[in-house]
Amino acid sequence: MIYALIVLLPLAGALIAGLFGRLLGPRPSEIITTAFLITAAVLSWIVFVRVGFGGETAKVPLLRWITSGELDTAWTLRIDTLTAVMLVVVNTVSALVHLYSIGYMHEDDSRPRFFAYLSLFTFAMLALVTSDNLLQMFFGWEGVGLASYLLIGFWYKNPEANAAAIKAFVVNRVGDFGFALGIFGLFAVTDSINLDAVFAAAPDQVGKTMSFLGYDVDILTTLALLLFMGAMGKSAQFLLHTWLPDAMEGPTPVSALIHAATMVTAGVFMVARLSPIFELAPKALEVVVFIGAITAFFAATVGLVQNDIKRVIAYSTCSQLGYMFVACGVGAYAAGIFHLFTHAAFKALLFLGAGSVIHGMHHEQDMRKMGGLAKKLPITWVMMLIGTLALTGVGIPHLGGFAGFHSKDAIIEAAYAGHTPSNYAFWVLVFAAFMTSFYSWRLMFLTFHGATRADHHTYDHAHESPWVMLIPLIVLATGAVLAGIVFQHYFLGEGYAEFWRAALFEAPGKDIRHHMHELPEWVPWAPTIAMLSGLGLAVIYYVLAPGLPAATARVFKPIYLFLLNKWYFDELYDRLFVRPAFAIGRFLWKGVDGAVIDGTIDGTAKSVAWATGRIVKLQTGYVYHYAFAMLIGVAAILTYFILAGGGAP
Amino acid sequence: MNISGAPILSVVTFLPIAGAIFIAFLSREAVQNIRYTALWTTIITFLISLLIWINFDPTTAGFQFVEERSWLGPIKYKMGVDGISMLFVILTAFLMPLCILASWEAIEDRVKEYMIAFLVLEALMIGVFCALDLVLFYLFFEGGLIPMFLIIGVWGGPRRVYASFKFFLYTFLGSVLMLLAMMAMYWHAGTTDIPTLLQTKFPPDMQFWLWLAFFASFAVKMPMWPVHTWLPDAHVEAPTAGSVILAGILLKMGGYGFLRFSLPMFPDASAELAPLVFGLSLVAIVATSLIALVQEDMKKLIAYSSVAHMGFVTMGIFTFTQQGIDGAIFQMLSHGLISSALFLCVGVVYDRLHTREISAYGGLVERMPIYAVVFMVFTMGNVGLPGTSGFVGEFLTLLSAFKANTYVAFIATSGVILSAAYALYLYRRVIFGVLDKPSLKAMADMTPREIAIMTPLVVLTILFGFYPAPILDVTAVSVKALVTSLEAAGQAAAVTPVP
Repeated sequence: MIYALIVLLPLAGALIAGLFGRLLGPRPSEIITTAFLITAAVLSWIVFVRVGFGGETAKVPLLRWITSGELDTAWTLRIDTLTAVMLVVVNTVSALVHLYSIGYMHEDDSRPRFFAYLSLFTFAMLALVTSDNLLQMFFGWEGVGLASYLLIGFWYKNPEANAAAIKAFVVNRVGDFGFALGIFGLFAVTDSINLDAVFAAAPDQVGKTMSFLGYDVDILTTLALLLFMGAMGKSAQFLLHTWLPDAMEGPTPVSALIHAATMVTAGVFMVARLSPIFELAPKALEVVVFIGAITAFFAATVGLVQNDIKRVIAYSTCSQLGYMFVACGVGAYAAGIFHLFTHAAFKALLFLGAGSVIHGMHHEQDMRKMGGLAKKLPITWVMMLIGTLALTGVGIPHLGGFAGFHSKDAIIEAAYAGHTPSNYAFWVLVFAAFMTSFYSWRLMFLTFHGATRADHHTYDHAHESPWVMLIPLIVLATGAVLAGIVFQHYFLGEGYAEFWRAALFEAPGKDIRHHMHELPEWVPWAPTIAMLSGLGLAVIYYVLAPGLPAATARVFKPIYLFLLNKWYFDELYDRLFVRPAFAIGRFLWKGVDGAVIDGTIDGTAKSVAWATGRIVKLQTGYVYHYAFAMLIGVAAILTYFILAGGGAP
Repeated sequence: MNISGAPILSVVTFLPIAGAIFIAFLSREAVQNIRYTALWTTIITFLISLLIWINFDPTTAGFQFVEERSWLGPIKYKMGVDGISMLFVILTAFLMPLCILASWEAIEDRVKEYMIAFLVLEALMIGVFCALDLVLFYLFFEGGLIPMFLIIGVWGGPRRVYASFKFFLYTFLGSVLMLLAMMAMYWHAGTTDIPTLLQTKFPPDMQFWLWLAFFASFAVKMPMWPVHTWLPDAHVEAPTAGSVILAGILLKMGGYGFLRFSLPMFPDASAELAPLVFGLSLVAIVATSLIALVQEDMKKLIAYSSVAHMGFVTMGIFTFTQQGIDGAIFQMLSHGLISSALFLCVGVVYDRLHTREISAYGGLVERMPIYAVVFMVFTMGNVGLPGTSGFVGEFLTLLSAFKANTYVAFIATSGVILSAAYALYLYRRVIFGVLDKPSLKAMADMTPREIAIMTPLVVLTILFGFYPAPILDVTAVSVKALVTSLEAAGQAAAVTPVP
């Protein structure tokens, strides 16, 4: 009951605000959806305690869904520790974002629509994390995609927002193409897509091959990679990342909820949820590590030079998601989920903080036109500072620190323990940690410190946000400080086995957690040193020698432009996919359909018309004649048929 | 209600004819009376058709509600439905009242003839799905062309004569071949009784030719690539309700034909020629999706998207699996709701602005918020979003395709990317953006009549997306019997040495 309530409350809120919002007016819509979400969040924490510490698990069937032959699926809620963690993350952040939006969106005319979309998103996300079969996971997967599409394009008059919304949906569909094929393949192999049945059947498939596109391929490796393609799309990993920065066209609370804390982490959740399959496909896991590492690196490099405050945080998110995948790839799923958990707090905090800045600056997002805002928005400044400390992973090894220190450093240690070739994953992540620190502090210095670069009018009118926006910041900041130190014990430490139980699977004999405890003394210090160097460099660049960034950009102009233009992926894809698709479409339409097929038909038609034209005129009004001729023809043939048929055997 | 013994299929089939006759006696000027007569006739027909569903026994694969009367010599009047055909009868009867309502204000010229044509069309279409005799089937199947041909040719757009002639030419070529094949079947089996023919084993090489002849007719109706080019023209010129019937029902006759004739009667040929169908299905899915991407006319775009969606149907049918065929039937029914609704959506704005050019619109959400929501639901249905009925059929057909052939699954699944692209691109250009065109400033949102038309379609699209069981339960046993018979035929063919 409590489980169904958690999932269905947001749906009820979405329906009420969506269908009757116009009737109710904005304020009641806001209050209803927010109250429902806060209730769901409180219930989620109760469930978290009961499942995580009380040892409860559950499976709640709700309704039959698609059944056909061996395929038998139902709407079911699967509750274990992994689900409970996700419930807490999703509902807490969503409730806070709902609350925050009451302040942030107060000037908007279509608030009922906005809150309906937010709640709809939450419902889809909850359906995803509670899924007991791959079909429901796919439902949630595409459902959050729809909500994301609607929310990115919320300001529908803005052409960039519309373009970004479509891009997000279509690029995600590229990932879903792989995900769907993975599901089809699993069904072909195991005759089921229910998680328990698939997990039970997977060990029998180890080492077996199947024919896929003419190649004989390892079954589990191929299917795991196809499924991972879905994760790459949803979590904006390298090659399928292009939609995420553009998604920043949506309102900022949306970026915090969907494009930082919850939806984009669905890919990580999926890999962890399907760990019984991925663990049996070591080759696929190597790819997961590689993609994760390259994303962590790539996104961090782009984040170094962006000027839009939200885009910096967006690339940061992309990069941190890469960290989580590296953790999953080396088998440290718990570390990946732990980082997902803490990252949700501090990244939502950073986004909502950025929203507070944007709100206070009358919709200015360009950091080049900010500076010196600490005085104007003191609370926002402190909160963002906490978020930055958490993201960059400030702390003292073996003692403790901010949330990101515990989870991110655990991933970096896992990467070392995971023995990738030449330890590349480890070194890439350490270097990315250095860049993370640099771009995070760059953001802080450019926005809040130094002399202001805003025009007088904007700066003078810059104001701190109302409490309805600041309270969510404070709650998230508490999480950003404490989430690591409080929960590490359960997620990764002594309490691991009791906390996770069967929710995560580790292939026997791999023992990644054991290796994580036997690292060389210097390894835990590496990310801390990288973090401090990034901070130091940012201080030099943006506090001590403010002329340096421009000079560096001048000297390394090609590299600067390469990074500023995001490695030119958009341009590349436009030429490689978008334009050819339209060109081929036009050719098939005018060329093949028009010239070839219709040309042939029209030729035939003309000769027929010529022949029949002698009897009836081919023009309006005379069309009855054709119908009549047809009828006569049919009757004649039929008569012949009956008469001739009399002599049948 | 217990209806055992009542000739309910005949009642549902011929009730619209009765309505048409009644209208024939009404004065040409009594337009309102004519409209209401047509509306009530179709509503009552639909309600009676629901009795078929209620009394249908989903646990048996055989034909139900069978009626049999001797008619012309060896030809019998025989009607009956099974799990494959029953829901098409319901779909037809369901869409008809909506069509009448959609024509309420749009058609002002020759209303009497128009309504008669629609009612006759309804009778013939229902007959197609009930007929259990080859000749009867042929009469309904071809007879349905005539009113459709008139609806396009008389009440259509500026190029209606070209469109109706093209439509006629395509379908006529197919039907001549089918008629020849039917004669051949009669001479071989000595009967035109479909249940008997389903038990008849035709020699493999004869199957091959019969299959091709039927294929010529069904492929045009589906329509399959490359005999699809009549469809965009027919849709563009047809009045809104004509498009609804074309997309909603007439296209389904091809798929139904494959399931009723090609597969069970010519199993060896079906197996042999499945790669051909797969190939054409894939071209349909990918090529017509790309074509849809570059359309400038709303109706053409939806027409091309229909061809792509029918590609999933033919692909599913020829996997010869439970999931594939269940999915194909589901996809046809769902497409009957969604594409009909999309054409109705086009009709809503066409009635206001009298153009289907996409570029004439933009920013409609400003003036028409309800319309924007309705259009969004069906756009998502067209995209095959889980939670809409459009997803279930696509999912099942693709699922079965993977087992049959990974190439087919791989290429067909890429269709889901393209459908998202063209559907959302259309939606963006029509609904989103700034409303700055002077002609759009006075656009009014949907009227109560239009809302009444759309509501049942919205509800069913979402309902069957979340709970498809009412449909899948009806088809399950009949499809299972079909799949089993195909497997048996396959095994028999494997052991019989080919001469």
